[in-house]
Amino acid sequence: MPSLGADMETGTLLEWLVKPGDPVHRGDVIAVVDTDKAAIDVECFTDGVIEQLIVEPGRRVPVGTVLAIVGAEPAGQAPAPGPAGQAPAPGPAVTTAAHVTSPLVRRLARDQGVDLAGVPTAGPGGVLHRADVEHLLPRKRDRMPAAADHLAPAATRRAMRASPMARRLAAAAGIDIATVAGSGRDGEIRADDVRRATQSGDRPAVPNLVRVGGTTAAPTATAPTATAERHPDAMRQAIASLMTRSNREIPHYYLTTTIDMTAATAWLRARNRELPVSERVVVAALLLAATARAARRVPEVNGVWVDGELRPASSVELGLVVSLRRGGIIVPVIADAAARSVDRLMATMRDVVERARTGHLKSSELTPPSITVSNLGDQGVESVLGVIYPPQVALVGFGAVLDRPWAVDGMLGVRPVVTASLAADHRASDGAVGARFLNHIDRLLQRPEEL
Amino acid sequence: MTPEHARELIEQTLLDIVPDADLAALTQGVDIREELELDSLDFVALVERLSERAGLRIEEEDYGELRTMDSAVRLLTMHAAGSSA
Repeated sequence: MPSLGADMETGTLLEWLVKPGDPVHRGDVIAVVDTDKAAIDVECFTDGVIEQLIVEPGRRVPVGTVLAIVGAEPAGQAPAPGPAGQAPAPGPAVTTAAHVTSPLVRRLARDQGVDLAGVPTAGPGGVLHRADVEHLLPRKRDRMPAAADHLAPAATRRAMRASPMARRLAAAAGIDIATVAGSGRDGEIRADDVRRATQSGDRPAVPNLVRVGGTTAAPTATAPTATAERHPDAMRQAIASLMTRSNREIPHYYLTTTIDMTAATAWLRARNRELPVSERVVVAALLLAATARAARRVPEVNGVWVDGELRPASSVELGLVVSLRRGGIIVPVIADAAARSVDRLMATMRDVVERARTGHLKSSELTPPSITVSNLGDQGVESVLGVIYPPQVALVGFGAVLDRPWAVDGMLGVRPVVTASLAADHRASDGAVGARFLNHIDRLLQRPEEL
Repeated sequence: MTPEHARELIEQTLLDIVPDADLAALTQGVDIREELELDSLDFVALVERLSERAGLRIEEEDYGELRTMDSAVRLLTMHAAGSSA
């Protein structure tokens, strides 16, 4: 179970999108996990073949729990990656083939009904060779039906794939999503299908269970009782515990500065007039671009505080606080943000914000940020004095761009201005450093064409 | 484009962006952005999709017309008149 956010301690496996024998590649979405905040598409961190699915759908497990075992690829294909080194820092979602010969895994395999024993072990050291399994189970991308067949041999259950929004709606309405007819591609159940089912009053017998795990395949647990329904307060609790920790551990200091946005907004207006509507850029993208570039130049605010010392990040992994429509927040990351053009930042920001709200974020978008931005401009407030996400050392806040009286060359005029703020960890930096950082942001925004 | 068609287009587009939007709340004079809590990204998405579907380029200067349902319907009805039968 990967860590999908600093405030995540456990996750519920919603569904597997692969089955044993499936070849997988780094970046393939192999499972959907619910984090209390959202359903997240979990990507595989390595190339290989799925040996074993260990955690079954519906179960809630701590971060770090092994979800599945990925074996080496069959001979003749790409070489297998080294085992441990491939794992992402916060705890691997899956582990590699070295363990596959352990008696426990073999027993799990047997109990799961996965016929590992029937597969010739042509690989070195008794590691299972996957080619034959692939022959038996040749489909790779035909994901859910086959996976469901494997996970849920019970005849009463049917293959089912649903969008996270559909799941949420179903959970909220107290209907079993498996009873909803899907109208999407490959029968995927979409939010509209759930709405129709809700409106038709066709309430199924089993309430509140988004999906019951494959009980017949359970290797060790008595019965998976977890449902995919989020505790109503779970997100609140996750935020509460992380923010409490932040205020307890981090000696914050706060700086603010008001930035003249005349040049930036004029540049944006001119640019947006010329380009297709789909490439229009909002001011938030400029603020992010300036923040990312400034953070690259001030390493004391871009990194993490671990084991009593600052560890500056080598790139700017920009966390963006996204408020969810039903309350709560989620912080997807824009990787290497300082290297992205304003256009690319805009496109990425639109993409991740939309998916954050519809529940289609990928695990790679919830890796730890090196600095976070909270932009509350759309909420109309003037400034944000934020709480740092530990173990990060800074949070940048932006308020609304507002017309304000502004003195220029001894004259008073009306200009669009924005208040930029910095909440920084005093263990990692001092006020002078923080001031330099905010001044960088200001200077960059005066020359938007260079961003 | 008829006002009915324009309204339908706007409502469908809003539902794309806010799937559980309460469109009935968008009565006369109600600010769409405030009522549906659209942020600037939602708003560009609205503008982009409406522009595309209505065959009309909505400029930033026109954003004020998208404030309420009635004014948005007017904008589409007037400017996209030839784009749809």
